[in-house]
Order: sequence, then structure tokens, then C-alpha cells
Amino acid sequence: MTADRPTITSRWSRLLAALALVLLPAMLVAPPATASTDDSPCEPDNSTPCIAVLVLNADNDRLGDVVVTVAGQGFSADLTTSADDAATVAAPQVGTYTVTIDPATLPDDQQLPEGAETELTVTAQNGATARAAFRVGPGAVAPAAPTADGSDDGVAGGTGDAPATEDGEGVGAAPEGDASQRALTFAQVWQQIGSGLRFGLLLALASIGLNLVFGTTGLSNFAHGEQFALGAAVGFITINQMGMSIWVGGLLTLAVCAFTGLAQDSAIWRPLRKRNVPVMQLMIVSIGLSITLQYVIQLMIGGGSERILSRNPQPLTLAGITLSTASWMSMVVALVCVLGIAWFLTRTRIGRATRAVSDNPALASATGIDPDKIIRIVWIMATGFAALAGLMWGVSFGSFNWQLGVQLLLLMFAAVTLGGLGTALGAFVGSLLIGQVVELSNLFIPSDLRYASALVILILVLLFRPQGILGRRERIG
Amino acid sequence: MEEFLRILTQSLGELLAPTTAAYAMAAIGLNLHFGYTGLLNMGQAGFMLLGAYGFGITLVAGGPFWLALLVAIAAGVVFALILGMPTLQLRGDYLAIVTISAAEIVRWFGRSTLWQEWTGGASGLQGRYYKEPFQELSFLPDGRFALGPLEYINTGSDSWWTRIVAWGLVALVLVFVWLITRSPWGRVLKGIREDEDAVRALGKNVYSYKLQALVIGGAIGALGGVIFALPAAIVPDSMGRTMTFFVWTILLLGGAATVFGPVLGSMIFFAAYMFMRTGMRALAENTGVGDVITTTNVEQIGGMLVGVTLMLLVIFRPQGILGNKKELAFNVR
Repeated sequence: MTADRPTITSRWSRLLAALALVLLPAMLVAPPATASTDDSPCEPDNSTPCIAVLVLNADNDRLGDVVVTVAGQGFSADLTTSADDAATVAAPQVGTYTVTIDPATLPDDQQLPEGAETELTVTAQNGATARAAFRVGPGAVAPAAPTADGSDDGVAGGTGDAPATEDGEGVGAAPEGDASQRALTFAQVWQQIGSGLRFGLLLALASIGLNLVFGTTGLSNFAHGEQFALGAAVGFITINQMGMSIWVGGLLTLAVCAFTGLAQDSAIWRPLRKRNVPVMQLMIVSIGLSITLQYVIQLMIGGGSERILSRNPQPLTLAGITLSTASWMSMVVALVCVLGIAWFLTRTRIGRATRAVSDNPALASATGIDPDKIIRIVWIMATGFAALAGLMWGVSFGSFNWQLGVQLLLLMFAAVTLGGLGTALGAFVGSLLIGQVVELSNLFIPSDLRYASALVILILVLLFRPQGILGRRERIG
Repeated sequence: MEEFLRILTQSLGELLAPTTAAYAMAAIGLNLHFGYTGLLNMGQAGFMLLGAYGFGITLVAGGPFWLALLVAIAAGVVFALILGMPTLQLRGDYLAIVTISAAEIVRWFGRSTLWQEWTGGASGLQGRYYKEPFQELSFLPDGRFALGPLEYINTGSDSWWTRIVAWGLVALVLVFVWLITRSPWGRVLKGIREDEDAVRALGKNVYSYKLQALVIGGAIGALGGVIFALPAAIVPDSMGRTMTFFVWTILLLGGAATVFGPVLGSMIFFAAYMFMRTGMRALAENTGVGDVITTTNVEQIGGMLVGVTLMLLVIFRPQGILGNKKELAFNVR
């Protein structure tokens, strides 16, 4: 920690430059993000009919972040409910409208009851609010009949003691619903294995980068989860808000996120490496970066759940497994990328050099490899692939929120520890296993605990085989 | 001007707030882990949440106040044993990953529907279910009391009684930590931080010492959770990773491996945090700044600044305000 004086100003300016770079996308995109979410409730008057949508659980509490579609009379609007107030929309004219709920956006423990309709029909009249109420969750009675009345708010109370929640479970709300509620059949298990494969492949794409950074620099990067969420967030802004096509928006997202990797390395990590800052200190710097990025993402997309693709997912059944078409595409892309990374690491000069730096940096630089260059490439790859995985996660799982990163970070750590810290193949194997564990445990334990099962595995691995499946003994210290 | 005075008073109030005491307590525990022994515990919020649950559930079940405190401490001790036994023989960052994961597991179980009748699920335990036995202990007269610009009721949730008990506990624990860290036992801990192998060569059981430090620090963290629960409710989602990271920022701000560092860090952190947020909110409401920064953005910008502060602290002044650069656990391993 001896500061070499001559460089201190340049270090400062670099750090500031890096922060500016990190904040830049937030500054650029913040205004549209706030402008497009029209939160002002609809006020019915003599020429405006309003439609209000409520999603109520068994205790008459409103559920937030559920996506509903109001359509009719040549008009269509997507609404997201909130826990505080009914979601309202101004209807263009008097008439009947169909309100459709998207079950995929319901919380896992609050699914629609068996046989309940996903559509309600309401009649909008001038000067009145037509209310459509969905009943969900265990113990929900038959769906309430839609009513049209003049009052804005029929259900009293119920929201007063809603806690300020830091975390929601919204991240992994799988379209397949809560499997633990259903009987165990082979088809069920097979379906969950398919979901697990999707989970595992996306996790693998993200955690290979985490493991490459660990291998080459020794840093357990706690900000990697935020790089993953950043992919989803930037994708949401380019594809959903700016209306780009998925390919253009996706490529732009990748470019922006890979650039954050380059900027990070040259502004933060390389100067710190030059000063021989211990890795534990670097780890805490990465925690600080993770907090910062987490709030930057919140500033970009807001506190609620967002969807990258606004159209409803198209289911596609292959080999008895039903997933959305976007999920199947994502799985193919993830597999191709993982194979590409494997080819890169084993067959190309730079890839071999990467493994050499990972093995022994001093020896690698003695043979003419520039470790700084390799580590720069690793950072770009790590952030780029994490962003791609995050983007595809957002597309295939329907909705995501700003906490996506931290939740997935722990699963990534579980995956790389299970597979073996510092080995790229280990991250792949570990991720596939963790994907299966998470989705299959869904069959046996309440789905709000399914991520906990993966973390229990992490602790068990450390207990019995700390180097992981493919790791080497000397790494555990 | 009046607005400015209000902001200043609010920030001043944070210096004595029970939450500040709770974070100071958690940071004292973490100081024992990281500052003195060099253990990277990233799950201090898990200890706090377990302590709060132990305290709250005992009181809800009808137990007396002192038993609730003991249960809270026992919860911290057991959690530390479960965490420490498998991982303390491994390298430092494994402990970090395991502790942060374990804290998340605790939170997930807390908010799960599985034990809802005990934990209250995601909405947690409301304060009114467990506060009564604590407030009955108060010997303060009814009414309000003003100390300068700070005025609170004598007995209640956000009261002088809560503040007296919270800071009294912090003072007791400070004396305890001061005594044990200057004892021979404390010198072994510092030895482990500096050079584990050297201590092992002296015939000390390093693993056992690390476990003892983890247990004591964890129990102190659990007490911090109790203080956190006293004026508020026990909501698992408000005691997650963000809380752990704030505790770390507080410890590194005040200075690791110092006795008063955690307390000073907590006071400065919360006063500055409150000043910044209320200040920005006032600016956003009253001036043209509001066109650029809305009041909802203030929380997010505040959070970002905490992250940036942590990064800058660790890079440029890892020893914090009071610390000594030579006594820094980062250099280990």
C-alpha cells in the first residue's frame, strides 16, 4: 500500500473517468426510463372511462408487479400492478374490454387457483372506474365478479402495513409455476430437468467469466452479478424502451457492457494490480463496485419488475419439454458461446496464453506473454458474456428486477465452487449441476426456498471436497 | 435557513439513534472477526437477523426479557459454530462466500412460508408483538424530554429508553472487547492476523482461536440485531446483504482493529447519510435540481455514494479514520 506519489493524480483522474464511464449510461437513459412509466392514476370524468385492475391474494392484500393486459375497442395496454394502489388506465371510449392476467408474472406462491380464468370482461362507462379483480394464491375463492362502480377504491385497508421490502422473489418466477404444488410424475421431473438445463446453461455462460477472472487475477469478483443484471437492464432500455430490434439492441447491449469491463480494468483493477494491492482488498473494492452498480441499475430501470420483450412468450414443446421459444433460442446461443469459449481457450494462441497466466503468471510473462493484455481480454470477455447471459435470462424468464444480480451472484459462486474455482470447464459442469438442483428441488420444497438448496450444496461441497469436482488441491490454501 | 436547521437536527439525531447503535454493535462484532483476527465475514446481517429472531420469537412466545437476550446470543453462537467449523480451515475468500450465502439462506428461510407462524414470513414480526416486556422495564417517568434540539418520548419505540439501553449495551460490549483484545488471548488473535504459521509454530491451535473469535463476534452481531429490532420490526428483507455491506463500510470508515472505530464510523456514516439524503431531497423539492433528480432518485444516489465511498476508502485509506496502517488484516494470505 505504499503510494507512489508521481502517479497519484493520474490515478485519481482515471478513477473519476471510470466512474464517469460507469455512470454515463445511467445519465443517458434515466430520463426516458422515468418518462415512460406513467404512474398518474386515471381520473374518470364525463368523457373518460377508467379501468382499474387489482390482483388480490387470499388476505385481500394487493399484489404488485403483476402484468395485465387491457384490450378492446381497438385499444390495448399493458399495466403493471402495484401493492399500493390499483393499476388504472384511461379507456379510449365506452365499451367492453378484456383484462388478461399474465400468470408468469405472479409470485411463485401466489398462482392462480385451479380452473380460474385468466381473462375478465369489464364494461367501461364515462365518469366511472370499471374494476377487474383477480383472486390468486392458496385458498383463493372463485374469481370475483368484475364490478363497475363510481368509487375509485372499493377495497379498504390491507395495504397499510406492507413492509418496505428490500428483496422480492421476482427474479426466477418461472413460467411453469410452482411445481411443488402438483403431483410428482415423470413428465413433471422431465419438464423440470429441461428448465434446469436452461437455468444451467445461462448460469454457465455467466459464471465462466467469473471463474476466468478468478483464475487470472485471484479476485473473487462480487460485482460480477451486477454485470449480469446490467446486461438485462441495458437490454430492457435498448430493446423495450428505445424499440430496437432484439438483434440490434442485443449487440448494442453487449458492446456497452463489454466496454464497462474494459473501462473497469484500465481504471480500477490494473492500477491496483500495479500497486500490488492484496486480493482481499480488491475483493472489498469489488463489493463497493457491486453496491454502486446495483443502485445505478435501479436508477436505470426503477425499483419494479421489467420485461425486455413486451409480447407474450410463445410456448414450444421439444422432446416433451415446454419452454418459451425465446428460452430455446437462448439455450442454443448459450451452448454455442460456451463451446466457443472452450475452443478459444484450448485452440487459440490467446486462449492458451490465458490458461498459462491462470496457471502461473510469473512463468507466463517469462515466456513473452503480456499478463496485462491477457487480463484485459479476460475482463472484456467476462463482462460481455455475463451481459449476454443476463440479457437472455431477462428474455427467457419473462421479467427481472434490479436484484437479479446479487441473487445470481451467489448461485454463480456455488457453481464455480462446485465445479472447481479457477477452471473454466469446472464452471460449466458446476453450473449445469446447480441448474438441475435449483429446478428439481422445486419439486420437493417450497419454491421460495429453491435458491437456498443451491447454497446448501455450496456449503456441503466446501465441507467434503473444497477444491470442487475438477479443481486442484493446491487452490484451497 | 429553517429548512437547513431541520436537516441539521435530523442528522444530529442520527448520532444517537438506536439504529446507529445497532450498526455500531454489529461493526464491533465484525471488528473482532476482521480487524483483530483477519476473518472475512460477509454475513454479519445473518447473525443480526438470527439474533433478532431469537429475541423476538422468545418474547412473542411469552418468555421474559433476559431469556430473550440469552436466546439471541445463543442463536449467534450456534450460527458461528455451524459456519466456522467447516470453513475456517479454508482460505479467506471461501469464508466470505460461505458466510454471505449462509446469511442469505437465513433470510430466505425467514421470509419463506415454511415457518410463517414463527417468523411472520416476508412481512416479518411487527414490533407491537414483542416490545411490551422491554418497555415495561423502563424506569423513566412518562412524558417527553428534550436534549437541545432533540426531543423524544421517554418510553416507547423511538424513545430515550431505547436509546439508553442500546448505547448502554454498546458501552458494555466496548469495555468487554477492549479487555479481551489487550489480554494474552487478544494478542494471539492479532498474531493469527499477522502470520498464522508463526502462531502455529508457537504451539497455538489457530483453528480453535479463529472459531472462538467467530463465535464471540457473532454473538455481538446477534446483540446488534436485537438493538436493531427494538425500535422497529423484524423484517427479513431489511436485514440482507445491504446491511452487511453497510456494516463493512462503517467498520472501514471508523478504522478496523481499533476499539472506538466502529462507534465513530457508525455515527459519522449515519449522520452523513441522513444529511446527504435529506439535503438532496430538500434541494429536489425546493429548487431547480428537482427537474434532474427526483425525490425517488435520492435513495438510489445515496446508495451509489455509499458504494463509491467504500471503494475509495479501501483503495486510498484502508485503515479508516482511527486505524493504523500496520494493523491491517488485508495483507494476510
